[in-house]
Amino acid sequence: MQLTLWTYEGPPHVGAMRVATAMEGVHYVLHAPQGDTYADLLFTMIERLPKRPPVTYTTFQARDLGGDTAELFKNAAREAYERFQPEALLVGASCTAELIQDDPGGLARALNLPIPVVAVELPAYQKKENWGAGETFYQLVRACATPNAPPPGWTRTKNAVPTCNILGPTALGFRHRDDVREISELLARIGVTVNVVAPLGARPSDLARLGDADFNVVLYPETAGVTASWLTRTFQQPATKIVPIGVGATRDFIGEVCALAGIDAGPILADYAPRAAWYARSVDSTYLTGKRVFVFGDATHAIAAARVATDEFGFVVVGLGSYSREFGREVREAAKLYGVDPLLTDDYLEVEEKIAAAQPDLVLGTQMERHIAKRLRVPCAVISAPVHVQDFPARHSPQMGIEGANVLFDAWVHPLMMGLEEHLLTMFREDFEFHGEAAASHLGAGAAVAPPAPEPELVGAGAAVLVAAPEQQSAQPIVSAWSPDAEKELGKIPFFVRGKARRNTERFAQERGLGTITVETLYDAKAHFGR
Amino acid sequence: MDGFVQPVTGRGCADAVVPMERGQREVFCGLTGIIWLHRKIQDAFFLVVGSRTCAHLIQSAAGVMIFAEPRFATAIIDERDLAGLADCNDELDRVVTRLLERRPEIKLLFLVGSCPSEVIKLDLSRAAQRLSRQFMPGVRVLNYSGSGIETTFTQGEDACLASLVPILPTATTASLLVVGALAEVVEDQMRRLFAAMGVAPVAFLPPRSALDLPSVGPDTRYLLAQPFLSDTARALDERGAKRISAPFPLGVEGTTLWLTAAAEAFGVGAAALESAIAAPRERAERSLDRHRALLAGKRIFFFPDSQLELPLARFLSREMGMDLVEVGTPYLHRQHMTPELELLPEGTALVEGQDVERQLDRCRAEKPDLVVCGLGLANPLEAEGIATKWSIELLFSPTQGFDQAADLAELFARPLVRRAKLRV
Ligand code: SF4
Repeated sequence: MQLTLWTYEGPPHVGAMRVATAMEGVHYVLHAPQGDTYADLLFTMIERLPKRPPVTYTTFQARDLGGDTAELFKNAAREAYERFQPEALLVGASCTAELIQDDPGGLARALNLPIPVVAVELPAYQKKENWGAGETFYQLVRACATPNAPPPGWTRTKNAVPTCNILGPTALGFRHRDDVREISELLARIGVTVNVVAPLGARPSDLARLGDADFNVVLYPETAGVTASWLTRTFQQPATKIVPIGVGATRDFIGEVCALAGIDAGPILADYAPRAAWYARSVDSTYLTGKRVFVFGDATHAIAAARVATDEFGFVVVGLGSYSREFGREVREAAKLYGVDPLLTDDYLEVEEKIAAAQPDLVLGTQMERHIAKRLRVPCAVISAPVHVQDFPARHSPQMGIEGANVLFDAWVHPLMMGLEEHLLTMFREDFEFHGEAAASHLGAGAAVAPPAPEPELVGAGAAVLVAAPEQQSAQPIVSAWSPDAEKELGKIPFFVRGKARRNTERFAQERGLGTITVETLYDAKAHFGR
Repeated sequence: MDGFVQPVTGRGCADAVVPMERGQREVFCGLTGIIWLHRKIQDAFFLVVGSRTCAHLIQSAAGVMIFAEPRFATAIIDERDLAGLADCNDELDRVVTRLLERRPEIKLLFLVGSCPSEVIKLDLSRAAQRLSRQFMPGVRVLNYSGSGIETTFTQGEDACLASLVPILPTATTASLLVVGALAEVVEDQMRRLFAAMGVAPVAFLPPRSALDLPSVGPDTRYLLAQPFLSDTARALDERGAKRISAPFPLGVEGTTLWLTAAAEAFGVGAAALESAIAAPRERAERSLDRHRALLAGKRIFFFPDSQLELPLARFLSREMGMDLVEVGTPYLHRQHMTPELELLPEGTALVEGQDVERQLDRCRAEKPDLVVCGLGLANPLEAEGIATKWSIELLFSPTQGFDQAADLAELFARPLVRRAKLRV
C-alpha cells in the first residue's frame, strides 16, 4: 500500500480512454463501477472537448456482484455497438472489474460482432496511465495493421515522395494538439508527406495503412514507443529518436528526419533561425544566466527541458526527475549530464521535499510542482502533464518545433518576469516605489505584499517541508528570532529573493545554534550560501 | 404564504408510480463527498483505502485543488497486497501510523472503503476498531464505505454521518439536531433563526470539530437539512431520536415549511414563529423576483445526480414558475421525500435510476431550456446548443435558507443570462 496525496498519473484505463477519445470510429466498453465515469470530465471539462468520450461503462453495483456481471458486460457491449456503430470495439476492465475477473475480451468476442474487438488487459494495481495509453495504442495498431503486414523476405522500397507517420499524440495530452500542427508544418517544409497521424484523429482504417509510410516520427515515446518498435520489426519502418523540443533538439530533429527521408538538410538548416535563439542571445537575457532550475515531469518533457534550460537559457539544472518510471534509464542518463541525482518517483511529498532542499530560482514542472512552487514562493512554468484546464490555451501554443521553442522562451521567462525589472529593483531598492516591500509590477496594483514577519506563505512552506520530512520533526528545532535590525535589513532585499534569504539565514542560524539573527548573521549566511 | 405559490391541492406526486431505469449511470461514487466533508470537519482526515482510480477521482472531482496539507489521501492497494505478499491489514496499520505521526492535528480518522477494498473484502470496520484501540484517546478511527458499487455521489456523506452516530454522546435533555453538511454561513443563519424562534438547544451534524460532537437521545428531535441521509436517519432512529418530517430548506417555501415543522415539534406558537421569520422571508421573496422574471416558463430537465433533484424541482416549479420536463433522481426515498412529492405538480415526469444514453435521447428530443447534469455531460450538451447547470455546484455553494434562496435561483439563471449576453 502506498500513501498518496496526489497522483501524477491516473489508472491505466484512463490511458486507454485517451487513445479511444483521440480516435474516430473506436468505442471503448469499460467494465467499471459508476464512480469511474468521473473520467469523462477529464476530457469534457479539462480538455473542453465538445463531445463525450466514446466510452460505455457497465456501472455494475454491489447487488450485481452476486449475480451476473458478465451478462451486464455483454449487454453493454452489444448496445454500445448498436448505438455507436464503431469500426472497432475496445474492451477492458477498470481496477474493480479486474478483481472480479469477467474476461471482457472473451465476452465481447462471444457476441460475434462484425467488427474487430480489441481487448486490452491493463493491470491496474501495477501500471499507470501512460503505460495504459501506450499498450492500448499498440494493441489497436497490431489488430488493425497486422492483416497488411508484408510476408517474410520482403524489403521496403521508398515512396516517390518521402512519407512518414506521426505517432503518439492523444486526447488529454500536454499540447499534443498544437505539437501535431507544428510538426506537420515543419515536415511539409522539409518535403515529407504525412501518411497518418495517430492516435489523434485517426480511424481504425488509418491504422491499417500505417505500413505505407517510409518511417515514423515518434513525438511521445511514452505512448508510441512500443508501437514504433513493433512497426520497425513488422514493416521495416525506422523511427525518429529525437523529440523536437527546443531550438537545438528541433535542429537535430530536422537532421534526423532528412537523413531518414534522404533529403539534404543543408538548405533547410541554413534558414533555421527560431526567434527564441536570438532572444536568448539578446543582452537583456543576461539576467537569466545561472538561474537554478529544478525540472520534473514526464520523462520526455523533463529530459528535453533540462537540455533547453542548460543550452538555451544558460540555467543551471539543480534537480531532474520524472514520474515515468518506465523511462528510468533515460532519466538517469540525462541526470548524469547535469551532475544531479535523478529523482524517479511518483510521490508528491518526495518531490516537494527535494525541491525545497534544492532551493531553485525556477521550477519547470507539472501542475503539481506549480503548487509546490507557489508554497515555496518560487516561480514555476508548467512543462508537462498531468494537465490542467490552463494547459489547453485557446491560442496555438506548441512545445515542439520552431514555434514551440519560441513558446518555451516566453513561458519560462514569464514567471521570472523581472527581466529588466530585476536590476531596476536592485538599483532603486531604497526608492519608495521600488522599495523592498513593493510587489513586482506584474502582480498588479492590488497584489498584496506579505507583512514583514512572519510571512504566512513561508510558514505554510515550512509546514509543508515538515510534512515532507517527518524525521525533521522529532528533533526539536531551534527557533532563531530575528533582531529588529536584521529584520529591517532583510526588508531591503528585493522581495523575489527575500523568502530564500530568510530561509537560508534561518537554516544557517539553526545549524549553528544561534538564538538571535543579527545583521551580521544575515551577511554571514549570505557569504556562506553565496555562489 | 405569498400569492405566487400555489396552494397544495390534492397529493401532488405523492402517489405517483415512478419508473425505475437501469443502464449506464453517469454519476460519481460516494468518495466524492470527501471534497466537502473534509472542509467541514476541520480536524478530521479521510483515508481512502482503494486504487489509483479512487485517488484520481477525488483529485479530478476536486478540480485539481491542491492544498498544502489536504486532509484526505488514498492508501493505494497494489499488487503485493493482492498477491498476499503483504498483509493488507499490516500495510494499512503501517500507512495509518505514518500518517498520524506526520499529522498530529488529526483527531478523527475515517477509513473510507472503496470498490476494490469491498471486493477483496478488506474489513475496514475491524481495522478501525483495532486502530482506534491503538491511537485513542488522541485519535478516534471510524470507517464507512464510499464505494461506487454501494454509494452514489452524496450517499458518501450519508455513510460518513451514519458512521458518526454511534459515537455521539447520549443526550438526556430535549434538543434539536440539524443533520447534513451545510456551509457555515447557512449554519449561522439557522442558529440565529432557531434562537429567535425560541428553539434550543440546537446542534449540527456534522460538527465543525471532531471534539465537538453533538449529543443524541430519546428526547432529540432531528431535522434533515439534506435529502440524501437515509442511513444517517436510520442510525439516529436507533439512538431513539425522532425525525421531524418536512420539505427541505431550499427556497422560501421549503425553508418556511422546514422551520415551521421545527416550530411545531418544539411547541413554538404561530406568532413567535412569524415574528422570527417574517423579515428574512419577505426579504428573500423580494430577492427572488428578479430571477423569476427570467426563469418563469422556462423548461428544465434534471439528470439524476445528487438526490437534490426533487427539492430543487419543487422550488423551481412552485417559486420560479419553471416547467419540469423530466426530474431524474438516483434514488427515491419515499418516506423522506413524501413532503416534497406532495408539493410537486401532479404528473411530473419523475425517473429513478439512470440509463444515460436513453436519457440523453429524451433530453435531445425535448430540447429543454436548461439541463442540470454532471460535469461529464455539461460541455457536450452545451456544444449541442443546450444550456446546462453543473449539479456539483449546487452542493458546493451555500443554497439553503432564506438568505440563500436568491443565490440558488441565480445559479439556474446564470447560464441563461450568459447565453443571452454572448455574441460569439
Ligand atoms: S467507483 Fe469505486 S473504484 Fe471507482 S473511484 Fe469510486 S470507489 Fe474507487
